[in-house]
Order: sequence, then structure tokens, then C-alpha cells
Amino acid sequence: MARRLPRKDAVIIGLGWTGSILAHELTQAGLDVVAIERGPWRDTASDFPISYAQDELRYRLQHQLFLQPAQTSVTFRNNAGQTALPARNWGAFMLGNGVGGGGLHWNAETFRFLPSDFVLRSHLTQRYGDKFLPEDMTIQDWGVTFADLEPHYDEFEYLCGTSGTAGNVNGQILEGGNPFEGPRSRPYPTPAQKQGYGHTLFAEAAKQLGYKPYPQPSGNLSQSYTNPLGVTLGQCTFCGFCEWFGCANNSKATPQTTILPVLLRKPNFEARTESEVTRINLDRSGKWATGVTYVTSSGEELEQPADLVLLCAFQLFNVQLLLLSGIGTPYDPQTGNGQIGRNFTHQTMSSAVAFFDKDKYNFNPFIASGAIGMCIDEFNGDNFDHSQLGFVGGGYIGQVRTNGRPLESMAVPSGTPAWGLKWKHALRDNYLSSMTLGGACHASFQSYRDVYLDLDPTYKDRFGRPLMRLTIDLHDNELKMSAFLTDKYAEILKQMGAKEVIKQPRKGPYDITDYQTSHLCGGAIMGESPDNSAINRYLQSWDVPNLFVQGATAFPQNAGYNPTGTVGALAFWSAKAIVLQYLKNPGPLVHA
Amino acid sequence: MHRINRRQLLPSSALALLMVSPAARATIIKGGLPWRPGSADPPTVVTPGGWHYFTSQEAATVEAFVDRLIPPDPQTPGGKDCGCAVFIDRQLAGPYGRAESMYMMGPFQPGTKQQGPQSPLTPAQQYRKALAALDAACRSKYGGKGFADLSDQQKDEVIEGLEHDAFKLDGFDGQSFFHTILTDTRNGFLADPIYGGNKDMAAWKMIGFPGTHYDYRDWIDRHNQTVTLPTVSIYSHPSWSQQ
Amino acid sequence: MRSLAPLSGVLFASLVVSAGGAVADGIDKQDFKQIERGRYLTIIGDCAACHTLPGSGHDLAGGRAIETPFGVILAPNITPDPTTGIGAWSDEEFINAMTAGTGRNGAHLYPAMPYTYYTKITRGDALAIRAYLNTVPAVQNPVEPNQLPFPLNIRAAMKVWNELYFTPGTFVPNPNKSAEWNRGAYLAEGLGHCGLCHTPKTLLGGDKTAERLRGYALQGWFAADITSDPRRGIGGWSVDDIAKYLKTGHSQASIATGLMAETIGQSTSNMNDADLRAIATYLKDQPGRDGTAADPVPPEQSAMKMGARIYADECSGCHVSDGKGSAGLFPPLAKSALVQQIDPTSLMHVVLRGARSVATDAAPTAAAMPQFAWLLKDDEVAAVLTYIRNSWGNAAPAVSADEVGKARRALAERNE
Repeated sequence: MARRLPRKDAVIIGLGWTGSILAHELTQAGLDVVAIERGPWRDTASDFPISYAQDELRYRLQHQLFLQPAQTSVTFRNNAGQTALPARNWGAFMLGNGVGGGGLHWNAETFRFLPSDFVLRSHLTQRYGDKFLPEDMTIQDWGVTFADLEPHYDEFEYLCGTSGTAGNVNGQILEGGNPFEGPRSRPYPTPAQKQGYGHTLFAEAAKQLGYKPYPQPSGNLSQSYTNPLGVTLGQCTFCGFCEWFGCANNSKATPQTTILPVLLRKPNFEARTESEVTRINLDRSGKWATGVTYVTSSGEELEQPADLVLLCAFQLFNVQLLLLSGIGTPYDPQTGNGQIGRNFTHQTMSSAVAFFDKDKYNFNPFIASGAIGMCIDEFNGDNFDHSQLGFVGGGYIGQVRTNGRPLESMAVPSGTPAWGLKWKHALRDNYLSSMTLGGACHASFQSYRDVYLDLDPTYKDRFGRPLMRLTIDLHDNELKMSAFLTDKYAEILKQMGAKEVIKQPRKGPYDITDYQTSHLCGGAIMGESPDNSAINRYLQSWDVPNLFVQGATAFPQNAGYNPTGTVGALAFWSAKAIVLQYLKNPGPLVHA
Repeated sequence: MHRINRRQLLPSSALALLMVSPAARATIIKGGLPWRPGSADPPTVVTPGGWHYFTSQEAATVEAFVDRLIPPDPQTPGGKDCGCAVFIDRQLAGPYGRAESMYMMGPFQPGTKQQGPQSPLTPAQQYRKALAALDAACRSKYGGKGFADLSDQQKDEVIEGLEHDAFKLDGFDGQSFFHTILTDTRNGFLADPIYGGNKDMAAWKMIGFPGTHYDYRDWIDRHNQTVTLPTVSIYSHPSWSQQ
Repeated sequence: MRSLAPLSGVLFASLVVSAGGAVADGIDKQDFKQIERGRYLTIIGDCAACHTLPGSGHDLAGGRAIETPFGVILAPNITPDPTTGIGAWSDEEFINAMTAGTGRNGAHLYPAMPYTYYTKITRGDALAIRAYLNTVPAVQNPVEPNQLPFPLNIRAAMKVWNELYFTPGTFVPNPNKSAEWNRGAYLAEGLGHCGLCHTPKTLLGGDKTAERLRGYALQGWFAADITSDPRRGIGGWSVDDIAKYLKTGHSQASIATGLMAETIGQSTSNMNDADLRAIATYLKDQPGRDGTAADPVPPEQSAMKMGARIYADECSGCHVSDGKGSAGLFPPLAKSALVQQIDPTSLMHVVLRGARSVATDAAPTAAAMPQFAWLLKDDEVAAVLTYIRNSWGNAAPAVSADEVGKARRALAERNE
């Protein structure tokens, strides 16, 4: 029997980006808030200082800042005809853990989605007709618009100090920025980062081909910055140990460097770490949350009652907790009924490796940041005419190389053996002059009837709870799109002067061992009606009004950009609704 | 001056008191950012000498293997002298070898390639089994000689055979073992020398990676120029004591 | 926690006993202005720093261990509890404790209680403090303060010490100085007791008055020179800088850490701007060394060369290659007074054990310096410290590997 603790106004599950944003907004409003985090406390000087943060084996290959699969994992199959098996080690994605969550060691690529992304089904149907979309594609409109979220994108960017060049301010297109971006109310808080040689050459080649390259918006700051909370960040030093790693000099926007110093000083906030929430508790009606049950690392089970529950864990675990707590109806792919688990998506990634004359080109790839790079948006979203192409969606194409870490930079020309002297010499001769590393085409991933999440029938975590089961494969739409984008990228590489280009478009079947970003989305999507979504436009559960589900779980499909900017904007948008509307009158904010 | 044993004194910060609370290991953090003087979790630097996991026979086999995967040349040592076998040995003797971070709950069943490795054996167990099978297969084919005793050309034949699934091992997937040892050898070659390989940062010097420098602000604008910084690693900075 | 009933009983009793005397004593229990003034004065005096055991939830109830050069003393309970606190003390006894260094029944206090400084306060201020202390929750917490070893535990011995080192008496303003200067002097030399940490001490633990405020090593740190020395003191700081530092923990020149971080966090950041400027004005007028130093250690020297390379690899990522740091985040090392203290104890502490800078409402970031003890050997710490102490216009004595080794062992023993 769990020991019951004194009541709190709000309990937050997970202290990553959304947990930190929500905790700050709610404590500002005077609520007594506790955040319960599965992993450990993490901070710069004690966990990733300059004397040992730069350890590729420890932090990239053995992903020591991430959740370890031994603590909990997921199972995977391509389709319902297979038996799902556990991911015994991470591959296709890596799951965060600890205070800061994925926000601690992310690239800090800070994009906004396009206005059309939020009304995707309406937009595409209107432009191409309702027969254009495949029958099993289940994309939807979000229930919020870009205009709704614009002030909150701004809030998140100014919280982080995001470095970028605006392309569209209040409708005015500005040189050097992304001309396709939705109108923003003001420029970025700090200027774009300086670019390396390879990134600069890519932009020049892209311009020559008629594109309009823009600097990738970066949460690795171009200059020191103090945010509206009074927290100061430093200037990025291009160390090349960014994503997967903690930042040793406070120059990457993370919960630690933007919110936690202020949040932890508040007398009405408390964080409990190394404590895993196992269940959201409901009252007898099943329509109201009474708090959570969690387990400490010594195995003690505790109950934390609260009036308001914020589910701020990573996407997969949000869905898992909803299912394990009996909230909403689990999705059934046969009938199409049930909202929890459907519209699960990832990101369609592809790249090309290019080799240049080593006597003429030295890219110094190790001088980089996690969000450095030059991108083009001509082939993102619906920015281009799809009518003859046979697919929908797109992505940004960019030279966004983040590092020259040796184990991730072993590209060798085609025909090179995998071992022996020829391999060794090819490595030696191409390290500085090759353009490698995945992620050059960062594209959308639409949702499908047969791509979903549910509870595994066989495999369990250490508490005996079923693991999340991923049923996911790549559809023709994404494969065609990926081939198209990769071809475009390869053209630019050739224009740059590459002597050899090896295209690496995304190929099926979906492979759980091949890293494709950790941008897992959906599973408890937002929408305009409980008939086709799990949460309403304010991220409030349709089923349990005092439960709000944050994060990329809300995305009905994934767009051609990194998701965190949109996750942050939705968190601020949801927080505002909670503070200004919900707290005054707790109950459903939307009557569908 | 009276020397105080600080342990006799009560903690001088409320936060420290809360963090060392014996009640439960769940740490409760409030009132400000926690701080413990001297707090850090630095890597354990591998000390050379001896084998922590491999038997001397296994070590000989692995040393021979890594030296063919990455042979020596006049400028850069090969896998053996770079310490790749030491690297693998120390990894297998540690948490990686014991699969401590992996999900190792059953049931175990083979799956598709896309579902990833599903072996119930830890990496350490896999090596032990595979190396024994490799030696047995070599003795069988090469008149009683284990892998380490073959000529370079014969070793290369064996490795190619494993790579293309033509050289079979009894009771172990030879092609899978090839991929495992190739990955581990490369890791040893190019990882930080604290792990036992990449001796004297030889591999980094070969490719032109200057190592663990953190501040490139003076270099970001110097496009297409060779970086002239001395090569440094996490624990080894020979440039510090050069005059 | 005991209820307040017995407390009010005691107060009532003393009211009855000295019917009109309560007001005549100078404490009017309904004079909220006096109580608030008293509260503010206890912030300046930072009573909580010694008398509150952190994490206990019981303000000013004593029990905290205070390190002295002679041993450990436990700070007494100064809540109004009549048996274990000072509730039964008369106002005169209280004033004597603060200004004459005597406790109840005339027993000598140890100068861990800085009566040598508090002696300067006016009677009115002392009564205001008493008035405030009368209002804090009474806590029953018996504390035996005297934990010193024999023969130091004989309080009568303090009589001789006081002859040497104690000049009792209220502050006398200097008619040749401004009102602001005098206010600053009153605070710094009195309740602020800056010299308790910042003035070097004799072997017997008394102030070396000829070297006032030139710095003192205690508890693993070196409380810096805060005279007008332009190189090692605050001579190069403006009054604004000093006031800002005391208020926020930050100035252009420095970011507070270690023991001063506690002082700023608890005490000075809660003082009003006028008082902070007064203290700054006073300190800037305090004589010190004139700022000349021996020539800096030349860059060709082998420790400097090693230090330069260590700096480039391990330090410049935050403190920048020009030593200027990053405003509000990483303190500048170039032209830094802290870096150029003759005694490098604080520098060795920060490099070996790391340190978290202070968080205040105005400046909450509280970046931390990581520890380098695991990576840098004694000669390497010595080299990089010698380098920063003698680069970018800095000049200070080189640091030796021996010094670093001693500091490393001492810090380990302190468990800090």
C-alpha cells in the first residue's frame, strides 16, 4: 500500500523542457508544485565539465547521459504480422533521462513549423483534391494555428536566446533568412552563429542553383545572453561535442541554463529525482485525476495527491502512462477506434556523403556546434508543387554537419574495403575533405493507420509493467519523398565541387538499429474533437480534464523540422490556458 | 591552528543536508541549485599491462586479428600497437562486457535484421564463444594452427571469409562476429586513449583530428586552413610539458 | 515546538515586574518600526550565519558549529526561549553581550561572537535588535557553546585577550568625513564585522590592526584584500561596482563564491542600496598596499609556458583566451583582484574543488566552476595559477607545487 504524501496543487511528471516550462509558469501563478523525475539531477560542473565532457565513446556510443535500456526499453516490429522484440540497445532513437531530459543534450536546432503544417489535411486536400492523399494516411489538422502559437514560439526562442536570421517579420521578407517561414513578430534574440567552411560553401552552391539558403536557427548561442527570467547563457565555442553531450560552458539552451536556476529558488517548487511515476491515479468516476503513484530508487512506493497533473515525460512514456493508467481508449488498428497510441510518427532522414579533393578542401569538421549549418526550405512542407511527384511532405535540406568526432566520421569512397590498409589510408585521406554525417535531409513523416503504439503482450519493465510496443514501417510516400530530397541535396554537393557523391536515401524496412533522430511524435494527438484526438487544443485530456499532456505526443503527424521549438511553443500556449482559464474554473476548456 | 575534521561539523548548507538525507535515495531538491564541493564523475583511465578479461590465448588471437583489420604502416601503428586489443579487453571486463546497460530480460528469440541483436549472451560471453570457435575452425582448415599462428595472408583469407559468411564457425555466427570485432576495433582505434586504444593519439594524428579542444572561437572564421593546435585528449596532453 | 504560552507568560511577567519600565527600557512591543529596524539590523549583522543551523527549520536557535583557530564553538540559542534561549535575559545583559563581550552573569564570551565589532553599535540599534529577537519563534534547544579543549575552555582567560585586542565603545563619527562615509564606517566596522574575516590575525587570533582588511585565510579560503589597493583590493572598483557586488554577487570585476557567497546571499543582498553604497564609500577610503607588485613572472618561464597551454585547453572555453570571462557568467581573470591576492588559497580551492557562484534574485544563474583535482597534478595546478596571476597585466607571486599539494590535502581533510 503506497504511503500517501501531503497534497500539492500540481504534480509534474518528468522535469525536461516541458516540465520545466510548466513548473515555472505554474509556480509564478502561485501554485505549490512538485516535479517527479525518473532520472538523476544533472548539472554542468558536476556532470559534464570541460575536463571530460568530450568523450565520444562514453556519451555518444554508450549514451551515458541517456536512459539505459536496462532500466526500461521498448519493443518493435514492422507490422502486425511480426512478433515485436525488445530494443536491447538503442539504435533508431535514444531516450532521455534525468533532469533536463532530452533538452540537456539535444542539438538545439530550434525551428518553427510552417503555417500550413498546422492545417495539413485541409491544406493538401484543398490544393490537390481529396483523392491525392493515400487512403491509409491519417494526417489531421492540429486544432491550433501558426498564428495561435506565434507568440509562444517567440517566448520559447527568447527563453533560449536562439541565434538566427529572421526571414519574415510581420510579412516583410528579409534577405538572408528563410523566405518560407511563417511571419514572426520580431527577429531572433541573438544573431545567427558563424558558419564553418563546409556550411558556407554549401550555401554558395545553393545560391548558385537559385535557392535561398538561411542559417539554421541555433540554441547554441552566438553571443552571451540574459533571458527574461534573468538567467545568463554563454557564447558557444564550436567544440563539436554538442548533441549527445552536455555543454560545459553554459552556451547551449537547456532547462539547466534557462529555467532551473530561477525555478529551484522558488519556495513553492520542489523536485524529486530518481523517482519513477508508475501510474496516474483517477477517482472512482475515472474522469478526474487524484495524483500519481511513484517509486523511489529504494523501492518505496509513494502516492502524491494533486489537483492538477501535468504529463511531461518523453513522448513514448506519456503514451505508456496513459495506457497503464486506463486513461482514454487504446487504439485498435483493426477498427480504427481509440485515440491512445494512434498517429505515431518519427522523422524521415536521409543524406549523401561527398568526397572532395583533399589537396584543395579542408573542412575542419570538428569545429562546429549542434545547430550550425545552412539550410534551404524550397522543398519543405508544401512549399513546392507536389501534383506530379507522387508524394506529399518535404523537409529542409542543409549542410548541418555538427562534428568531426572520429567514430562518426569514417566515411570512405565507394569500393573501399571495410578493413585493411586500404581502409586505413582512405580514412586518413578523406577525414578532413569529406562531407558526411546523416541528417542533411530532415523531412516529414506522415501518420498512417498501421503505424501505432500499444502495450507489449510479453516484455516487461522491472516493475512488471508492459513495455511500449512500436509498430512502424516506412510507407511509399516517405520513400519517394526521401529519394527526391536526397537527389536535390546531391545536386548541391556536386555544385560545390564534390568529386564523388554517394546518395543515401531512406530505405525501408524501418530499422530499429539505424539512428534517425529521436523525434518520436504522436500517440496522444491534439485535435478539435474527442472523436479524432486524445487531447484538445490546449493539450488538455478530453477524458480527464485535470490532466494536461505535453510534448510531441500532441503532433498528429510530424513536419519537416526538428520538433522542439514547437514542443516549447505548445508548452507555453498550454500553460497560458491553464493559468488564465483553467485555474479560474477547473474543468474542460473545450466543449466539443 | 586547530585542524578541523569537517566530518565532525554539521553541513554548512541546507541543500547539502537534504541531498545526503539517509531516508531514501530519492533526492529532494529545493531552495536552489545543489552543490557538493569536488563533485564530478570523471572517466576511469585504463592502466596498461596485463589482460583483465582475455586469457593469454584469446589475447593473442585478438591482437593478431586487430592487426590485420588495421595493419601497421610507416606513419601509423596498426591495431595491435595502438592498443585495440587492450581496449576490447578492458571493455569486455567492464559494464559493457557484462551488458549492464542493455535490456536483457527474456524471452530471447531471433528476429529480423531490423529488430536488432537478440542474443542472450553478453558481449563478453560472445567473444569467448566466438574466439574459441574461430580457433577451432582455423585449426581444422590450416593443419592444426590457431588464428594467431597463421601467416598474414591466411589471416586475411579467414577474415574475408567471415566477412562474406563463407568461413563458417561451429556454434557461432561468424559474419556477426566479424561485424562486432570490426566495430570494437575501430572504436579502440579512434576513441580517447583513456580507454586503452588510440595509443599516443596515433589515430587522431593520422586523420588530423586535434582532439578534445573546446574553444575554437579563434578558428571558426579561418576557412580551409589547417588547424595547428597540438593534439590533446581527455587525460593526456603531451603539449603541456613541451618546452 | 513549544507553544508561545510560556513566552508570553515571561513577557507578561516582566511587564508586571517593570510596569512602566518596558517602554523606558526602549522597547515598545507595539513599535513595529523598531522591530522592523531590528530585523534589518540582524540581516546586516548576519546573525543567522552563526546562530541558525541550516536545514533545521528553526531560525536563530543555535547549535551551529563555528570554526575558530582554537577549536569548535557551538553558537547559542538566541530565540526568546526562557530556559534555553535568551528570553529571560534583561535588555542590559543583551546589550552587554553585543558590546562588552559578556554573557549572562558577566561570563566572558569568546570572540567568535564578534563583540569586538558589534561594540560599535548604538544603544538604540542594540535595543531594536532585541525587540526583533523577542518576536522570533521561541525554540527549546539547549546548546553548550563551549566545546573548546582545555585550557581554552576557561572563559576567564578571555580577560587577558580582551586587554590586548578589545577596545569597547560605540562608534564615534569622523567629523571630517561625509555622512555617507560615516554610515559606511559604522556598518563595516560594527554590525557588518567585515574585518572578522578580511583582517589578518595574530597568533592569538586578534586583529592585526596595522594590516586591516588586507585579507585572511580561513576555512580553506582566502578572504580577499578589501582595502583601496588598486591591484589586490577594491581600489579599481567604483562605488557602484562594490554596491552591485554586495547586492547581486556580481560586478564587472568579480563573481562571488565560497564563504562570501553565503554572506551575500543571506546578508548584503538584502540590504538597501544606500547602506551598500555607504559601505563601498568607506572601503574605498581604507589604506592598503599601493598596488605596486614585483614584475610579473615572464612568459618564457617554463611554468608560464605550461600554464598557458593548460589554460588554452581547460580554461579558455569559459574564461576566454584574453582572460576577460563572460559577463554575469564566468568571472574575468585579467586585472582581477582575486587572482592577484598574495595568498593563493582561494584560487587553489576553486581549481581543486570547484565552486558554485552565488545566486541572488537579481542574478540567479549561479554558474559553477568544475573541479580539476582529478585531472591536474600539483605542478599543473601551480603552473596554470602562476600563468593567470601573471598574464594580461596581472602580477602576483608564482604558486608552487608544494603549496598546491598542501592545499589539496587540507581540503580533502575538510571534506570540501
